[in-house]
Amino acid sequence: MQIYLPIADLPVNIFLVLGMGLAVGFISGMFGIGGGFLMTPLLIFIGISPAVAVASVTSHIAASSFTGALTYWRKRAIDIALAMMLLSAGILGTFSGVWLFTLLRALDQLDLVIGLSYVTLLTSVGGMMFWESIRAELRARKGMPATLRRPGSHNWVHGLPLKMRFKRSKIYVSAIPVWGIGFIIGFIGAILGIGGGFLLVPMLIYFLRVPTATVIGTSMVLTLITMASATVMHAITNHLVDAVLALILMVGGVIGAQFGARTGQRMRGERLRLLLGLLVFAVGLRFAYELVVKPDDLYSLRMVRTD
Amino acid sequence: MRRAALILLVTMLGAAPAAAEKLVVSLSNHRVAVTSSFTGTELVLFGTIEPDQPRGGLRPAYDLVVTVTGPRQTLRTRRKERVLGIWVNVNSREFERVPSYLAILSNRPVDTISTPEILRRLQVGLDNFLLPQRIGPDTADTVPNDPFRSAFVRLEEQYGLYRQSPTAVTFLTPTVFRASIPLPSNVPTGSYPIDVKLFAGGQLVARTSSALEVIKAGFEQFVADAARDYGLLYGLATSMMALLTGWFASVVFRRD
Repeated sequence: MQIYLPIADLPVNIFLVLGMGLAVGFISGMFGIGGGFLMTPLLIFIGISPAVAVASVTSHIAASSFTGALTYWRKRAIDIALAMMLLSAGILGTFSGVWLFTLLRALDQLDLVIGLSYVTLLTSVGGMMFWESIRAELRARKGMPATLRRPGSHNWVHGLPLKMRFKRSKIYVSAIPVWGIGFIIGFIGAILGIGGGFLLVPMLIYFLRVPTATVIGTSMVLTLITMASATVMHAITNHLVDAVLALILMVGGVIGAQFGARTGQRMRGERLRLLLGLLVFAVGLRFAYELVVKPDDLYSLRMVRTD
Repeated sequence: MRRAALILLVTMLGAAPAAAEKLVVSLSNHRVAVTSSFTGTELVLFGTIEPDQPRGGLRPAYDLVVTVTGPRQTLRTRRKERVLGIWVNVNSREFERVPSYLAILSNRPVDTISTPEILRRLQVGLDNFLLPQRIGPDTADTVPNDPFRSAFVRLEEQYGLYRQSPTAVTFLTPTVFRASIPLPSNVPTGSYPIDVKLFAGGQLVARTSSALEVIKAGFEQFVADAARDYGLLYGLATSMMALLTGWFASVVFRRD
């Protein structure tokens, strides 16, 4: 069944888009991530322009992270104070991201920047996760304890001023890295149409030493708010959010996420991270391939304005 | 003898107005509504060739060219080049106020209908249609084989938005014709002027115009208008929709 997307200005098969929503939702539920880094490329692949894809996926991620956040809220696994601190900088990051997005689009370099950023981010993060989980696996084989978190261990981040105490996460850290992380996530999310969950979770664990109990719930609250505000900002500045597309994706996404979460809970954490690392790395390679290999058509069109 | 030639000339001159034609055309549908199930459509233009005056003469053979142009827009054609191992948009040309849709429909290949000069003057055919490019401060159309121009036309043809069809016009009788105008699913909304040109013996003998309109209808119209005119409200509504969907899912699938 074909349905016409009013902003993307093309008809798509509703079941195909719903299926993509389900599949990405499954993966996002399984790994506790938003899945934007998978959804945006898929939409571009079926012919939706990168700009519309990025702008519409933001609201899809808002929906799936809200579902997740509600679940973690009931489990009291959200550090609201930390989320709000991250957020204050995250909004600023989103704002700058949308601004740069508009600028790059005008300069015809948006696709390139999206492509390059995906390659760098995904291959490095994916590679790191993969390596980390291989090492953990090996340690487990040798019978060593698998925990990475050593209570009381400090890195340079803990030497910074403006210290704050976050009760629920039981951490005492400087506000500067918290703001920095929030800004980066908001900024990247707006430009690349990703919630940044797969970046935020490792950052919170490695830099701020946020315990595993609160890290995913907190990350979801941040993702929710940055993505909801990115939707609004994209709607105001670029008018590219396709609500019909977003709705189909959301419905598929939230359903898929439920099944994904059940599958994820049956798997070991190390194994899960290994798989996610591989997935992220593979998507990164896919983007690298596109940039390096000679395109089928060297020419492309972009609408400047309707006269 | 000279007298006879003169008489012949006078008769011929006198006969010429008798062979003047007019075109009467009608569209199967003047308004195309793009709804959620729109997957493209085809309109039919019917017409007859009639003598300009009662009891006027007609010529034995005619050729017909129908040109349908969509709402004007400005597009940028970009060319990728390899820079430091990756493919980057380096050069670009802006095509100013060009039709978003362009169909050139005829009963036989346009280059066999008339001379190149006449075709160029009347902008008949994709190669002759004026597509002004901005090159630095100047705006001009270039030769048909200019790489940017041909890439632009080729891409538009791939999208189904530009087309030249030498078989889309059929003569049902020597004076009654029909032309099918294909509108793909991605046609932009707006008004589409239709220009109908009648040729005989390589010369333009009659010309008329019509128009069709493509509109977004119902829900699609509402969404597109809202996104364009009320960005903030639209964004807030989409965000609320996301929250509702998320909340709804967590209620439906709640297990604890």
